Amino acid sequence: MAEVKKTFPIVSTLIVVLTASFFLIPLYATFQFSLQMVRGEWSFASYRSVIQSDVFLATIQFSTIASLAAILLGAAVVVPTAYWVRLKLPRLRPVVEFVSLMPLIIPPVVLVFGYIRLYGSDSFLPLTMTSQGTNVLLVAGYVVLSLPYMYRSVDNGMAAIDIKTLTEAAESLGASRLRTITGVIFPNVRSAIVSGAFLTFSISFGEFVLASLLNRPAFGPYLVQIGQDRAYEPAALAIMSFALIWACMVLMQVFASRKPGRKLVPRLVPKSARIVTP
Amino acid sequence: MTTAPTAHEATDHSASRSLVPGFASGLRGNWIGLVPFFGFSLLFLVLPILYLVTGAFQNAEGSFTLDNFAQLATPNIMAAYSLSIRLSLFSALLGTATGVLLGYAVILGGLPSWVRPVFMTFSGVASNFAGIPLAFAFIATLGRIGLVTVVLRDVFGFNLYGAGFNLFSFWGVALTYLYFQMPLMLLIVAPALDGLKNEWREAAEILGANRRQYWRMVALPVLTPSILGCFLLLFANAFGTLATVYALTGSRFAVVPIVLFQQIQGNVLYNPNLGYALAVGMVVIMAVSNTIYLVLRTRAERWQK
Repeated sequence: MAEVKKTFPIVSTLIVVLTASFFLIPLYATFQFSLQMVRGEWSFASYRSVIQSDVFLATIQFSTIASLAAILLGAAVVVPTAYWVRLKLPRLRPVVEFVSLMPLIIPPVVLVFGYIRLYGSDSFLPLTMTSQGTNVLLVAGYVVLSLPYMYRSVDNGMAAIDIKTLTEAAESLGASRLRTITGVIFPNVRSAIVSGAFLTFSISFGEFVLASLLNRPAFGPYLVQIGQDRAYEPAALAIMSFALIWACMVLMQVFASRKPGRKLVPRLVPKSARIVTP
Repeated sequence: MTTAPTAHEATDHSASRSLVPGFASGLRGNWIGLVPFFGFSLLFLVLPILYLVTGAFQNAEGSFTLDNFAQLATPNIMAAYSLSIRLSLFSALLGTATGVLLGYAVILGGLPSWVRPVFMTFSGVASNFAGIPLAFAFIATLGRIGLVTVVLRDVFGFNLYGAGFNLFSFWGVALTYLYFQMPLMLLIVAPALDGLKNEWREAAEILGANRRQYWRMVALPVLTPSILGCFLLLFANAFGTLATVYALTGSRFAVVPIVLFQQIQGNVLYNPNLGYALAVGMVVIMAVSNTIYLVLRTRAERWQK
């Protein structure tokens, strides 16, 4: 056992190859299937068919707006809270953390069931009666679903900077509380927020249960519908979704590992003046 | 003999801080800053759930009853719970076993150093690749005219569906779940595998233990709380999943979320209070498994200092 001699890791290699094929074969199969729409040749016809569909564009637009609204609302709710709890009420941190983790134990179908019953026609706040009200419920639901991730991300971002000193400095320079939050704290935890935002986006963009039960024209219900009606388009949409999630996750990683104050894309403006033409 | 380090170092760690002393004095006017968060949570998280919970204990006239929970015992609903629990248990078991194996291979297996970040990044993506697109991907792979089905038939002369496999059955759904369960397992078990200290292995080897003994008597006992905890998280993850199974099988596969979904969607809630009980049952199962996960995780973290 003690000898340093390295043998070829047969078992590990086998496991890794097997799992890699389990992960990659469905992706390859889906991609290949999505190319077969035109008989006898491989083409991007199914992608073209998807992109040219009006319903597709409408649902994409709706889901994008809803997800962006969820990101804004989520940030507006989470950032001041995380800041305030860390600065003034550290004793309440376990409570806030517990509330922010609650969505993990509540399945979306249960959450939306509660919404429909609580905000139904004869309630104190009949949100489901108008489409605007239902949109509000949908966005609120997205915020709730992403709350655990958003809060964790922002709170970690706050931990990385010295909030107390920054606040004191801002206040001694005469900044109001609002100014401190928007002008000092927000920019310093920006990458944490953006990282949470991409996660929120990937959660809410293709979300099915809330949108379907609230009867909203979102991307998730559209996916299910097209899965029942068509053969090749679903495969194309699956590939596009995978690419989108991939992009979201990569961007999340980029922002999550970024230190506050660093440039977003350091290589965009090279230090040397090579590019500048004389 | 080799023994795992004792629990001394953990005791001071687990002492939880009390909320009570100086609580009111610390609050004073500062609570105003928390109004947006708690207001939002109250409106869109706590109250809706509270509404369902109180409704579950009421009959149509609004008086207290346990009838709704008694009615969960009807064959249909019991079958749905049973199917959900079996499916979640099975997919969590499969996910745990394969995830730990993968973690072992990627982290401790002596592979080139680029393998790990590749798998971790991919796992981040795949654990989020649940829902409808995942169902589409598996239909294109293992459906009746899916790539793997066709290749097995044409190249190997093996009829997958003739052999009893069906993507739209229990095993098929479980296999589809594995696509997000295994990566999730890898992500959450990786810190525990990283926490296995080299010194323990060396100590075990010096004391004459072989590989098997090291794993059986040191590594696995240390890993057990993590693995059990992650297993419960995967269980809850599978239990709450709706979109994947809906896109895969329509509403033919009657797991609890699907039953509830249909009841809400049909808008013919002849007995909403029964629906509340169904929902509360789900939340209870999710809450129990997640709570045990958290308890086990705090137990497990004592080795990771």
